[in-house]
Amino acid sequence: MGLESMFGENIITTQINELVNWSRKYSLYPMPFGTACCAIEYMASVGSHYDISRFGAEVVRFSPRQSDLIIVAGTISHKLAPVLKNIYDQMLEPKWVISMGACASSGGFYDNYATVQGIDTIIPVDVYIPGCPPRPEAIIGAIIKIMEKINKDTVLRYESKEN
Amino acid sequence: MTENIEKIKTEIEIKLDEKFKGAGLLFWEDNGLEFIYTPAKFYYKVVEYLKNEFKFNLLTDLFGADYLNYPVPLPDNNRFEVIAQLYSTVANKKIFIKSYYPENEPETDSLTSLYPGANWFEREIFDMYGIKFKNHPNLKRILMYEGFAGHPLRKDYDIKKRQPIIGPEN
Repeated sequence: MGLESMFGENIITTQINELVNWSRKYSLYPMPFGTACCAIEYMASVGSHYDISRFGAEVVRFSPRQSDLIIVAGTISHKLAPVLKNIYDQMLEPKWVISMGACASSGGFYDNYATVQGIDTIIPVDVYIPGCPPRPEAIIGAIIKIMEKINKDTVLRYESKEN
Repeated sequence: MTENIEKIKTEIEIKLDEKFKGAGLLFWEDNGLEFIYTPAKFYYKVVEYLKNEFKFNLLTDLFGADYLNYPVPLPDNNRFEVIAQLYSTVANKKIFIKSYYPENEPETDSLTSLYPGANWFEREIFDMYGIKFKNHPNLKRILMYEGFAGHPLRKDYDIKKRQPIIGPEN
Protein backbone atom coordinates (compact mmCIF):
# COMPACT_ATOMS: atom_id res chain seq x y z
CA MET A 1 0.00 0.00 0.00
CA GLY A 2 2.78 2.28 0.81
CA LEU A 3 4.38 1.34 -2.48
CA GLU A 4 1.31 2.19 -4.55
CA SER A 5 1.24 5.75 -3.23
CA MET A 6 4.68 6.23 -4.75
CA PHE A 7 3.52 5.10 -8.24
CA GLY A 8 0.75 7.60 -8.58
CA GLU A 9 -2.82 6.97 -9.69
CA ASN A 10 -2.20 4.85 -12.79
CA ILE A 11 -0.55 1.80 -11.26
CA ILE A 12 -1.79 -0.77 -8.78
CA THR A 13 0.08 -3.73 -7.36
CA THR A 14 -1.39 -7.23 -7.06
CA GLN A 15 -0.45 -10.89 -7.33
CA ILE A 16 -0.28 -12.51 -10.74
CA ASN A 17 -2.70 -15.25 -9.65
CA GLU A 18 -5.24 -12.67 -8.55
CA LEU A 19 -4.98 -10.81 -11.83
CA VAL A 20 -5.18 -13.85 -14.12
CA ASN A 21 -7.97 -15.50 -12.17
CA TRP A 22 -9.92 -12.25 -12.12
CA SER A 23 -9.72 -11.97 -15.90
CA ARG A 24 -10.47 -15.66 -16.44
CA LYS A 25 -13.51 -15.84 -14.25
CA TYR A 26 -15.19 -12.76 -15.68
CA SER A 27 -14.62 -13.70 -19.31
CA LEU A 28 -15.78 -17.29 -19.58
CA TYR A 29 -16.50 -18.33 -23.16
CA PRO A 30 -19.03 -21.14 -22.86
CA MET A 31 -19.63 -23.69 -25.55
CA PRO A 32 -23.05 -25.33 -25.36
CA PHE A 33 -23.07 -29.03 -26.22
CA GLY A 34 -26.84 -29.14 -26.33
CA THR A 35 -28.57 -32.38 -27.27
CA ALA A 36 -31.92 -32.15 -25.50
CA CYS A 37 -34.35 -29.92 -23.60
CA CYS A 38 -31.59 -28.75 -21.23
CA ALA A 39 -30.19 -26.76 -24.16
CA ILE A 40 -33.47 -24.83 -24.42
CA GLU A 41 -33.21 -24.01 -20.73
CA TYR A 42 -29.64 -22.89 -21.29
CA MET A 43 -30.84 -20.55 -24.05
CA ALA A 44 -33.26 -19.03 -21.54
CA SER A 45 -30.42 -18.31 -19.17
CA VAL A 46 -28.48 -16.55 -21.94
CA GLY A 47 -31.54 -14.49 -22.83
CA SER A 48 -32.25 -11.08 -21.41
CA HIS A 49 -34.46 -12.20 -18.53
CA TYR A 50 -31.83 -14.25 -16.68
CA ASP A 51 -28.88 -12.83 -18.60
CA ILE A 52 -25.64 -14.61 -17.76
CA SER A 53 -23.77 -11.67 -19.27
CA ARG A 54 -24.10 -10.19 -15.78
CA PHE A 55 -21.44 -12.76 -14.88
CA GLY A 56 -19.36 -12.26 -18.01
CA ALA A 57 -20.27 -15.61 -19.60
CA GLU A 58 -22.52 -14.46 -22.42
CA VAL A 59 -20.18 -14.83 -25.42
CA VAL A 60 -21.30 -18.26 -26.58
CA ARG A 61 -18.85 -19.87 -28.98
CA PHE A 62 -19.71 -22.87 -31.08
CA SER A 63 -16.10 -23.77 -31.68
CA PRO A 64 -14.25 -25.71 -28.98
CA ARG A 65 -11.03 -23.92 -29.93
CA GLN A 66 -12.48 -20.55 -28.93
CA SER A 67 -14.12 -21.55 -25.67
CA ASP A 68 -12.95 -22.49 -22.20
CA LEU A 69 -16.17 -23.79 -20.66
CA ILE A 70 -18.19 -26.62 -22.16
CA ILE A 71 -21.76 -27.03 -20.97
CA VAL A 72 -22.98 -30.54 -21.73
CA ALA A 73 -26.73 -30.07 -21.82
CA GLY A 74 -28.68 -33.19 -22.62
CA THR A 75 -28.64 -36.92 -23.15
CA ILE A 76 -25.39 -38.36 -24.51
CA SER A 77 -25.69 -41.64 -26.35
CA HIS A 78 -22.88 -44.13 -26.81
CA LYS A 79 -22.81 -43.20 -30.48
CA LEU A 80 -22.20 -39.55 -29.58
CA ALA A 81 -19.68 -40.23 -26.81
CA PRO A 82 -16.58 -40.22 -29.08
CA VAL A 83 -17.70 -36.87 -30.52
CA LEU A 84 -17.97 -35.32 -27.07
CA LYS A 85 -14.56 -36.66 -26.11
CA ASN A 86 -13.09 -35.31 -29.34
CA ILE A 87 -14.57 -31.86 -28.77
CA TYR A 88 -13.33 -31.80 -25.18
CA ASP A 89 -9.85 -32.73 -26.36
CA GLN A 90 -9.89 -29.88 -28.88
CA MET A 91 -10.47 -27.25 -26.20
CA LEU A 92 -7.41 -25.37 -24.99
CA GLU A 93 -6.26 -25.24 -21.40
CA PRO A 94 -7.49 -23.95 -19.05
CA LYS A 95 -10.90 -25.56 -19.54
CA TRP A 96 -13.88 -26.40 -17.40
CA VAL A 97 -16.88 -28.67 -17.79
CA ILE A 98 -20.44 -28.28 -16.55
CA SER A 99 -22.64 -31.38 -16.66
CA MET A 100 -26.10 -29.98 -16.95
CA GLY A 101 -29.18 -31.94 -15.94
CA ALA A 102 -29.95 -35.50 -14.91
CA CYS A 103 -29.19 -37.09 -18.30
CA ALA A 104 -25.69 -35.71 -18.71
CA SER A 105 -24.84 -36.31 -15.05
CA SER A 106 -26.12 -39.84 -14.62
CA GLY A 107 -28.08 -40.92 -17.69
CA GLY A 108 -31.28 -39.83 -15.98
CA PHE A 109 -34.15 -42.22 -16.58
CA TYR A 110 -32.53 -43.45 -19.79
CA ASP A 111 -31.09 -46.56 -18.16
CA ASN A 112 -30.91 -48.43 -21.45
CA TYR A 113 -28.69 -49.82 -24.19
CA ALA A 114 -28.13 -46.48 -25.91
CA THR A 115 -27.33 -43.92 -23.23
CA VAL A 116 -24.07 -43.05 -21.48
CA GLN A 117 -24.65 -43.31 -17.73
CA GLY A 118 -23.01 -39.99 -16.87
CA ILE A 119 -20.49 -38.06 -18.97
CA ASP A 120 -17.95 -38.33 -16.15
CA THR A 121 -17.23 -41.79 -17.52
CA ILE A 122 -15.77 -40.04 -20.60
CA ILE A 123 -14.51 -36.56 -19.61
CA PRO A 124 -13.72 -34.90 -16.24
CA VAL A 125 -16.57 -32.79 -14.88
CA ASP A 126 -16.17 -29.73 -12.63
CA VAL A 127 -19.77 -28.90 -11.70
CA TYR A 128 -22.93 -30.99 -11.91
CA ILE A 129 -26.34 -29.34 -12.14
CA PRO A 130 -29.26 -31.47 -10.90
CA GLY A 131 -32.73 -31.11 -12.36
CA CYS A 132 -34.74 -32.27 -15.32
CA PRO A 133 -34.27 -29.74 -16.80
CA PRO A 134 -32.58 -27.36 -14.36
CA ARG A 135 -33.88 -23.81 -14.05
CA PRO A 136 -31.79 -20.91 -15.36
CA GLU A 137 -31.01 -19.92 -11.74
CA ALA A 138 -29.31 -23.29 -11.34
CA ILE A 139 -27.18 -22.63 -14.42
CA ILE A 140 -26.14 -19.26 -13.04
CA GLY A 141 -25.37 -20.98 -9.75
CA ALA A 142 -23.14 -23.46 -11.56
CA ILE A 143 -21.29 -20.67 -13.37
CA ILE A 144 -20.66 -18.97 -10.01
CA LYS A 145 -19.35 -22.30 -8.68
CA ILE A 146 -16.99 -22.45 -11.67
CA MET A 147 -15.86 -18.90 -10.84
CA GLU A 148 -15.12 -19.94 -7.27
CA LYS A 149 -13.11 -22.85 -8.59
CA ILE A 150 -11.17 -20.56 -10.95
CA ASN A 151 -10.41 -18.29 -7.99
CA LYS A 152 -8.57 -21.13 -6.27
CA ASP A 153 -6.57 -21.88 -9.40
CA THR A 154 -2.97 -20.92 -9.90
CA VAL A 155 -1.05 -19.81 -12.93
CA LEU A 156 2.17 -21.55 -11.98
CA ARG A 157 1.95 -25.22 -12.75
CA TYR A 158 4.15 -26.39 -9.87
CA GLU A 159 1.92 -24.61 -7.38
CA SER A 160 -1.15 -26.37 -8.66
CA LYS A 161 -2.48 -29.10 -6.40
CA GLU A 162 -3.34 -31.33 -9.31
CA ASN A 163 0.17 -31.49 -10.76
CA MET B 1 -68.97 -39.66 -46.60
CA THR B 2 -69.59 -42.49 -44.17
CA GLU B 3 -71.27 -44.47 -46.89
CA ASN B 4 -68.22 -44.07 -49.08
CA ILE B 5 -65.92 -45.47 -46.38
CA GLU B 6 -68.21 -48.44 -45.81
CA LYS B 7 -68.28 -49.13 -49.50
CA ILE B 8 -64.52 -49.00 -49.89
CA LYS B 9 -64.01 -51.20 -46.88
CA THR B 10 -66.18 -54.01 -48.10
CA GLU B 11 -64.71 -53.66 -51.54
CA ILE B 12 -61.20 -54.10 -50.17
CA GLU B 13 -62.17 -57.25 -48.31
CA ILE B 14 -63.98 -58.76 -51.24
CA LYS B 15 -61.32 -57.96 -53.79
CA LEU B 16 -58.43 -59.08 -51.60
CA ASP B 17 -60.20 -62.34 -50.84
CA GLU B 18 -60.74 -62.85 -54.52
CA LYS B 19 -57.19 -61.98 -55.53
CA PHE B 20 -55.38 -63.86 -52.74
CA LYS B 21 -57.57 -66.91 -52.48
CA GLY B 22 -56.24 -69.44 -49.97
CA ALA B 23 -53.46 -67.11 -48.82
CA GLY B 24 -54.91 -66.97 -45.33
CA LEU B 25 -55.56 -63.26 -45.07
CA LEU B 26 -57.44 -62.16 -41.97
CA PHE B 27 -59.48 -58.99 -41.64
CA TRP B 28 -60.79 -57.28 -38.57
CA GLU B 29 -61.75 -53.92 -37.25
CA ASP B 30 -60.90 -52.43 -33.90
CA ASN B 31 -61.92 -48.97 -32.66
CA GLY B 32 -62.65 -47.86 -36.20
CA LEU B 33 -59.22 -49.00 -37.45
CA GLU B 34 -58.95 -51.73 -40.02
CA PHE B 35 -56.34 -54.46 -39.99
CA ILE B 36 -55.21 -57.05 -42.50
CA TYR B 37 -53.15 -59.97 -41.27
CA THR B 38 -51.02 -61.46 -44.00
CA PRO B 39 -48.32 -64.17 -44.09
CA ALA B 40 -44.88 -62.81 -44.97
CA LYS B 41 -45.08 -64.38 -48.44
CA PHE B 42 -47.94 -62.11 -49.54
CA TYR B 43 -46.96 -58.96 -47.65
CA TYR B 44 -45.41 -57.13 -50.60
CA LYS B 45 -48.12 -58.21 -53.04
CA VAL B 46 -50.93 -57.11 -50.73
CA VAL B 47 -49.37 -53.69 -50.25
CA GLU B 48 -48.73 -53.34 -53.97
CA TYR B 49 -52.31 -54.32 -54.74
CA LEU B 50 -53.71 -51.87 -52.19
CA LYS B 51 -51.56 -49.09 -53.58
CA ASN B 52 -52.51 -49.67 -57.19
CA GLU B 53 -56.17 -50.65 -56.83
CA PHE B 54 -57.35 -48.57 -53.87
CA LYS B 55 -55.05 -45.53 -54.15
CA PHE B 56 -53.34 -46.00 -50.80
CA ASN B 57 -50.72 -43.53 -51.91
CA LEU B 58 -49.10 -42.67 -48.58
CA LEU B 59 -47.07 -44.86 -46.26
CA THR B 60 -47.67 -43.16 -42.90
CA ASP B 61 -45.80 -45.62 -40.68
CA LEU B 62 -43.80 -48.81 -40.77
CA PHE B 63 -42.55 -50.54 -37.64
CA GLY B 64 -41.80 -53.87 -36.02
CA ALA B 65 -42.83 -55.78 -32.92
CA ASP B 66 -41.48 -58.73 -30.97
CA TYR B 67 -44.04 -61.18 -29.55
CA LEU B 68 -41.66 -63.33 -27.51
CA ASN B 69 -43.49 -64.66 -24.42
CA TYR B 70 -46.56 -62.64 -25.34
CA PRO B 71 -49.73 -64.11 -23.81
CA VAL B 72 -51.52 -64.22 -27.16
CA PRO B 73 -49.09 -65.83 -29.62
CA LEU B 74 -48.95 -64.96 -33.30
CA PRO B 75 -50.27 -67.45 -35.89
CA ASP B 76 -48.02 -70.50 -36.45
CA ASN B 77 -45.90 -69.56 -33.42
CA ASN B 78 -44.26 -66.74 -35.31
CA ARG B 79 -42.29 -64.25 -33.30
CA PHE B 80 -41.92 -60.98 -35.18
CA GLU B 81 -44.41 -58.68 -36.77
CA VAL B 82 -43.97 -55.90 -39.31
CA ILE B 83 -46.81 -53.39 -39.31
CA ALA B 84 -47.37 -51.01 -42.20
CA GLN B 85 -49.90 -48.21 -41.99
CA LEU B 86 -51.21 -46.97 -45.31
CA TYR B 87 -53.29 -43.91 -45.96
CA SER B 88 -55.30 -42.95 -48.98
CA THR B 89 -55.51 -39.22 -49.61
CA VAL B 90 -58.13 -39.96 -52.24
CA ALA B 91 -60.58 -41.85 -50.04
CA ASN B 92 -59.36 -40.36 -46.70
CA LYS B 93 -58.84 -43.82 -45.32
CA LYS B 94 -56.33 -45.63 -43.15
CA ILE B 95 -55.42 -49.30 -43.12
CA PHE B 96 -52.94 -51.46 -41.24
CA ILE B 97 -51.15 -54.39 -42.85
CA LYS B 98 -49.60 -56.78 -40.37
CA SER B 99 -47.27 -59.56 -41.43
CA TYR B 100 -45.58 -62.12 -39.20
CA TYR B 101 -42.16 -63.78 -39.26
CA PRO B 102 -40.44 -66.75 -37.62
CA GLU B 103 -37.66 -66.49 -35.06
CA ASN B 104 -34.97 -67.83 -37.38
CA GLU B 105 -33.87 -65.53 -40.20
CA PRO B 106 -36.90 -63.29 -40.48
CA GLU B 107 -36.91 -61.88 -43.99
CA THR B 108 -39.35 -60.06 -46.24
CA ASP B 109 -39.55 -57.87 -49.32
CA SER B 110 -38.68 -54.20 -49.12
CA LEU B 111 -41.39 -51.64 -49.82
CA THR B 112 -38.89 -49.08 -51.11
CA SER B 113 -39.86 -49.75 -54.73
CA LEU B 114 -43.45 -48.76 -53.89
CA TYR B 115 -42.82 -46.07 -51.28
CA PRO B 116 -39.34 -44.49 -51.25
CA GLY B 117 -40.05 -43.30 -47.71
CA ALA B 118 -39.89 -46.89 -46.47
CA ASN B 119 -36.10 -46.77 -46.78
CA TRP B 120 -35.23 -45.46 -43.32
CA PHE B 121 -38.19 -47.18 -41.61
CA GLU B 122 -36.92 -50.52 -42.83
CA ARG B 123 -33.39 -49.70 -41.78
CA GLU B 124 -34.72 -48.98 -38.30
CA ILE B 125 -36.64 -52.26 -38.17
CA PHE B 126 -33.51 -54.07 -39.32
CA ASP B 127 -31.46 -52.26 -36.68
CA MET B 128 -33.85 -52.89 -33.79
CA TYR B 129 -35.25 -56.34 -34.62
CA GLY B 130 -32.92 -57.89 -37.18
CA ILE B 131 -35.62 -58.41 -39.79
CA LYS B 132 -34.02 -58.37 -43.24
CA PHE B 133 -35.55 -56.68 -46.25
CA LYS B 134 -34.86 -58.07 -49.70
CA ASN B 135 -34.14 -55.58 -52.51
CA HIS B 136 -33.47 -52.77 -50.04
CA PRO B 137 -30.98 -50.27 -51.57
CA ASN B 138 -28.97 -49.64 -48.41
CA LEU B 139 -29.80 -52.05 -45.59
CA LYS B 140 -27.51 -51.13 -42.70
CA ARG B 141 -27.91 -49.87 -39.15
CA ILE B 142 -29.47 -46.43 -38.82
CA LEU B 143 -29.61 -45.69 -35.08
CA MET B 144 -26.97 -47.89 -33.48
CA TYR B 145 -23.31 -47.56 -34.34
CA GLU B 146 -21.20 -49.85 -36.49
CA GLY B 147 -19.91 -52.76 -34.48
CA PHE B 148 -22.96 -52.94 -32.24
CA ALA B 149 -23.79 -56.60 -31.70
CA GLY B 150 -27.38 -57.80 -31.54
CA HIS B 151 -30.69 -56.05 -31.93
CA PRO B 152 -31.67 -54.02 -28.86
CA LEU B 153 -35.47 -54.05 -29.11
CA ARG B 154 -35.67 -57.84 -29.19
CA LYS B 155 -37.23 -59.06 -25.96
CA ASP B 156 -34.31 -61.39 -25.28
CA TYR B 157 -31.73 -58.58 -25.51
CA ASP B 158 -30.56 -58.19 -21.91
CA ILE B 159 -31.82 -54.88 -20.50
CA LYS B 160 -28.58 -54.42 -18.54
CA LYS B 161 -26.31 -55.08 -21.50
CA ARG B 162 -24.09 -52.14 -22.48
CA GLN B 163 -21.81 -51.84 -25.51
CA PRO B 164 -20.04 -48.47 -25.25
CA ILE B 165 -17.57 -47.38 -27.92
CA ILE B 166 -15.44 -45.53 -25.37
CA GLY B 167 -15.49 -45.35 -21.60
CA PRO B 168 -16.11 -48.13 -19.10
CA GLU B 169 -18.90 -50.70 -19.41
CA ASN B 170 -21.62 -49.00 -17.45
